Amino acid sequence: MSEATRKIPPGPLEYLRRWPLQVWLALVAVFLYAPLISLMVFSFNDSRFTTVWRGFTFRWYEKAFKNASLIEAFGNSLTIALFSTLISVVVGAMAAIVLWRFRFPGKTAFNAGLAIPIVVPEICMGVGMLVFFAKVLPWPQDLIWPLNLGAIIIAHVSFSFPFVAVVVRARLASFNRELEEAARDLGASEFRTLMDIIVPHIAPSLVAGALLAFTLSLDDFVITFFTAGPDTVTFPVKVYSMVRFSVTPEVNAASTILIVVTVLLTFLALRFQGSDALTAGHDGGAGDKK
Amino acid sequence: MEQSWRQAKGMFGAMLSAPLFWLVVFFFVPLAIVFAYSFGQNVGLIDISVFTTFDNYKRAFEPLYLAIFVKSIWIAAITTFICLVLGFPVALAITFAPPKAKAWLLLLIMLPFWTNLLIRTYALMAFLRTEGYINTTWHWIFDGINAVSGGMLGDFRAMELMNTNFAVVLGLVFVNLPFMILPLYSTLDRMDRSLLEASLDLGAGHISTLFNVVVPMAGAGIASGILITFIPALGSYLTPDMLGGPDSQMIANVIESQFKRANNWPFGAALSFLLVYMTFIGIAIQGLVERKNAGRAA
Repeated sequence: MSEATRKIPPGPLEYLRRWPLQVWLALVAVFLYAPLISLMVFSFNDSRFTTVWRGFTFRWYEKAFKNASLIEAFGNSLTIALFSTLISVVVGAMAAIVLWRFRFPGKTAFNAGLAIPIVVPEICMGVGMLVFFAKVLPWPQDLIWPLNLGAIIIAHVSFSFPFVAVVVRARLASFNRELEEAARDLGASEFRTLMDIIVPHIAPSLVAGALLAFTLSLDDFVITFFTAGPDTVTFPVKVYSMVRFSVTPEVNAASTILIVVTVLLTFLALRFQGSDALTAGHDGGAGDKK
Repeated sequence: MEQSWRQAKGMFGAMLSAPLFWLVVFFFVPLAIVFAYSFGQNVGLIDISVFTTFDNYKRAFEPLYLAIFVKSIWIAAITTFICLVLGFPVALAITFAPPKAKAWLLLLIMLPFWTNLLIRTYALMAFLRTEGYINTTWHWIFDGINAVSGGMLGDFRAMELMNTNFAVVLGLVFVNLPFMILPLYSTLDRMDRSLLEASLDLGAGHISTLFNVVVPMAGAGIASGILITFIPALGSYLTPDMLGGPDSQMIANVIESQFKRANNWPFGAALSFLLVYMTFIGIAIQGLVERKNAGRAA
């Protein structure tokens, strides 16, 4: 009797409780995680070779931290991510508010135009930026930090802010417009209403959008690779040149740090906007239709 | 209700200006220049004439480049198919999971997705190299069998995994799988469960319910999953570059070499725009599928 109550057979749609699907999920999880986990584990391996475990060490982290050009590249990446995030959040939120609030001629075109940076293949955007910064707006190479990173920051904003707009618009959909009308009736100006009523409401999505933009910027290799001049190196570009021909534990160590940063940011984003933040812009537009 | 822009012109202008400016100047202008170059040719050392010739597109259809296009489409198609087969059961499991498990499973799928693409590709290299984990394990099993059977298998030869088309497809599946699972999940999640229950109650098995009820209803989600996976796979640069061999070049690698090495920007521009055209055709087809599906549902 007690046996029977403890083991209720899975209901017709409880697929998660059926073993073939459990095995399948486990295999997919192993496929997705084994490479990353082994990369992180072997960053602590006391050997130049990355296949056999020879004991625990922080040696590669020390080495990575002493590698001046790697640290510089990491600093560049963080700086670019920070500035492009700030600009993306402001510009993306403005786009979302305009599309949410107003009827205007060309709205459909503007809306579609915003989606194009999300769908266009990275390589096309990369060559676009290469040509743009070579012919239209040559970016001087010898500017002081952080202005020397300007071209890359501009390119990163171009692919990040449409994602921010998607996240903020999802949040705006739940805004009660009567609040806005009340504020206007009570004599608040357009600007005051915006800052005191709308912005506080969308604040969580601004944070989530910012984390999204930050991760997108840190993650980008292809577009940076085409935009960057010979003297500005970002972390992915540096790692690319380091791993082109060999696998070294030093790169494992540096990569582990970046993975940890990304995971922390993802968890933060989750706290601020639930699982919507995870899937923003990547669920085939299904999120818009809810 | 949306407000007409005329009712608050100042606010409207202020809010629209920055995004519109950025989108046009820092996205559409660069693409427009590439578009113009795709009909251009090199004049002298640094000048490029624009809108003067169709030669770049003609050249793209020469057998050498046509073969690369076909190969890229083929690799992207295989990748998409494997992602669909791998991802569909996962999406199904997430859909019917209890709410708490659902959140964790989504996180499980999305976490690698937010990790740096370069790092993920690099992590795969450690598995596929001649002295990587797969070959080390295989060597170990091989020696074991030899020890038991008295050298039946002969001398050990490492499997060639890196720098092959196999590695490229594996790498693309590895990086693009979440792209497929998300749209599948979001469609399945909105599906009317009572229809599935009805099918099961009426005696259909799980497999036949899957193919006769779930798949037709999830048509639009499957289409958008295929599109969302296929487009980035088709335009991928890093994976074939790092994991592929000399014969696994894809379009993006040719584009890169035209811009960075061969210095033939007009031809590179034409190849880029062929990729853009293909993206738009894909989106148009998906739009049609969705409309047809919506029509059927109504």
